[in-house]
Amino acid sequence: MIVDVFNEIVSVISYVIPVMIALMIVALGGLFSERSGTINIALEGIMVMGGFIGAIVLHYLLNNTGLHIQISVFIAMIAGAVSGMLFSFFHAFASIRMKSNQIISATALNLFAASVGVFVARTVFGYRRINVDSSYRFDVAVLSEIPILGDLLFSSAFLSTYIGIIILIAVIIILYKTRFGLRLRSCGDNPHAADSLGVDVGRMRYAGVLISGLLAGLGGVFFVVAFQNRFESDVRGFGFLALALLISGQWRPQRIFVISILFALMRVVASRSDSIMGIQAIDIPTEIFRMLPYILTILVLAFTSKTSKAPEALGEPYDTGKR
Amino acid sequence: MKRIWEKIIHPFKVFGRKTHTLFANIPWRKLAGWLLYPLALLFGALVALKRKIGATRFGKRLDKAWLKVLHWSGEKPETIKVASSLLAVVFGLLFGFIVMLVVDPSSAGSGFLTIILGPFQQGMRSVGDTIFYAVPIILTGLSVAFAFRTGLFNIGASGQLYVGAFVAVYIGVQWDFLGPFHWVVASLGAMLAGAAWGAIPGLLKAFRNVHEVVVSIMLNYVSIYLVNLAVRSFIFNPTLNRALGPESSAHIPTLFLENIFPRSSINIGIFITLAAVFLFHILLNRTVFGYELKSVGLNRDAARYAGMKEKRNITLSMTIAGSIAGLAGAMMYLVPGTYIRILDVPVEQGFTGIAIALLGLSAPVGVLIAGLFYGAINRGGYFAQSLYREEIVNVIIAVIIYFSALSLFTQQMIAKYINRRTKKEIQLKESEGDVG
Repeated sequence: MIVDVFNEIVSVISYVIPVMIALMIVALGGLFSERSGTINIALEGIMVMGGFIGAIVLHYLLNNTGLHIQISVFIAMIAGAVSGMLFSFFHAFASIRMKSNQIISATALNLFAASVGVFVARTVFGYRRINVDSSYRFDVAVLSEIPILGDLLFSSAFLSTYIGIIILIAVIIILYKTRFGLRLRSCGDNPHAADSLGVDVGRMRYAGVLISGLLAGLGGVFFVVAFQNRFESDVRGFGFLALALLISGQWRPQRIFVISILFALMRVVASRSDSIMGIQAIDIPTEIFRMLPYILTILVLAFTSKTSKAPEALGEPYDTGKR
Repeated sequence: MKRIWEKIIHPFKVFGRKTHTLFANIPWRKLAGWLLYPLALLFGALVALKRKIGATRFGKRLDKAWLKVLHWSGEKPETIKVASSLLAVVFGLLFGFIVMLVVDPSSAGSGFLTIILGPFQQGMRSVGDTIFYAVPIILTGLSVAFAFRTGLFNIGASGQLYVGAFVAVYIGVQWDFLGPFHWVVASLGAMLAGAAWGAIPGLLKAFRNVHEVVVSIMLNYVSIYLVNLAVRSFIFNPTLNRALGPESSAHIPTLFLENIFPRSSINIGIFITLAAVFLFHILLNRTVFGYELKSVGLNRDAARYAGMKEKRNITLSMTIAGSIAGLAGAMMYLVPGTYIRILDVPVEQGFTGIAIALLGLSAPVGVLIAGLFYGAINRGGYFAQSLYREEIVNVIIAVIIYFSALSLFTQQMIAKYINRRTKKEIQLKESEGDVG
């Protein structure tokens, strides 16, 4: 009995971790953009773009080369991240250089990514779907032999999990322990003060948005590899879920990490309800679990509006004339 | 050279025959000819024409007329905005054309013409269909534009539309005792539901100062899952995995329109939309209430200082915007052959509405025209399906939105050009409809 429960928990966790990592990475990307002062609701579109390019590369590598599967995945991740970064440049250009409405240009990117994904996939492959079906899970040598912990973290794991954890640590260090991080945050909170101290606000904001594109594109590949096993012209609203995560986490990487576990758990409960025995027993419609993260975010917004930790200059184009 | 080229495009050969032919057998030289040669020819012809005609009497007259136009639009800054909208459309279409050239150069010309001339492919029938497809888009565009005019960004039209659609279909399926008023009640129900859904971000904005965009995005997703749940629970057709269709008494009537536009899907939704356009104009420009809404949008604190109830007004303007989007939901789903499906992502009409509102410069008539334009190229995409996938239309729309976002820049460019030609400084003035 105890063994059954343990296996159940292990299987739930093995579903939760990849979803959590994908969400967290994209939210951390959004963090960079928003801490530098640029709203980025294009996360969804950038994820689609990254996932799309990543899926094409992966499809090619899997079918035509004898490369080791994890190496193929790694190359696809790089491709997705780079394409996400290039794609986010359009948002950066419009919202920083052209000082245009950040919501509008991001909406354009979302729409563009979705339609280009479908258009190219259907033109090239004949249908919307790009198959990258394969088993990407692997056991880490030696470490997977550790009892309990090995079962939870190191057996049948995804490459993305470890990359994600490394990125989380790197993000915390970069944001809080480096000169670059300090400057980036200052551009989001008080760009005029930052400018008066010699920080190039425009360049910092470009860096913020481009890094967010990099991470969101990477997150798109994570999503394709670890959650869906195929690319199907959208990322099931994961980009907006990551935005919700960013806001619920109050623009702090540590909180984002904690809340991403919660969001991922809800998502897994909703989408894998038929394959996890423990959840089948509870008779609650899965839609409720899908809704909860968004409702939670609205509640967080409503009740923390007075003490909100949002970057103070978020969404305002930097205008030297306003000094 | 050829071998190097083959090495470069080698990766593309993997996607099977179709891709192979697609990328490898592109007649690149021909493509260059298609693209560059006509452009060069056109440019040369224009230069020659300018030289030839510019010197003649006719040319001078033409130049004078053009200068007159520029002078006139220099005095009327709105014309510059219209010009920037048109420019966005031109850029969007141009981008679409280039994409078509890359995919299949040989049929790009005919495909492009098909998309532009969409509504006239089947005579009156496709004109009717164009109007039919434009109706929900115009309404969501009006919803977004209304919020814009009152200083709010309604990115949640998608969710409001969807909630409205559910209520409309629910009434359409269940309340068949209503007889001839069935569709009226269903539409009103949709408006109420959309209004309630729009009121949530409005209330949060007014009383908790939460950004309405974020709340609306979250509500878009909540609406999908809520409607999925409600459809499954109340009006589900399990064999086809979609909602039941409304009773025929709940369908929006076609009246005499089916005689004018035979075999098309058009219904009196267009008259309802025209009424909405008219009411929008009257409410915002001719009533005290509308004046207050706009004032609050321009400067919340100043409006409060002037004695206006700014919290009530913010809530009301989101509520009204929501009700228009809800009506769009009724117009979309209270027709034969359209069913609410179990969705994963928000309905795209809500986001297209943003594009339409931007293109129409948030003015009711502008939104009407922009919406009809969208309906037209949407139909065009449908007819061009044999040549290109119809998603090409969405690509075009996305590029148009992007250039609308840059409209502030294009307006400055146009103003600069006019300044240079007329040698007069013109001031771009920010008007209330501007969200840039």
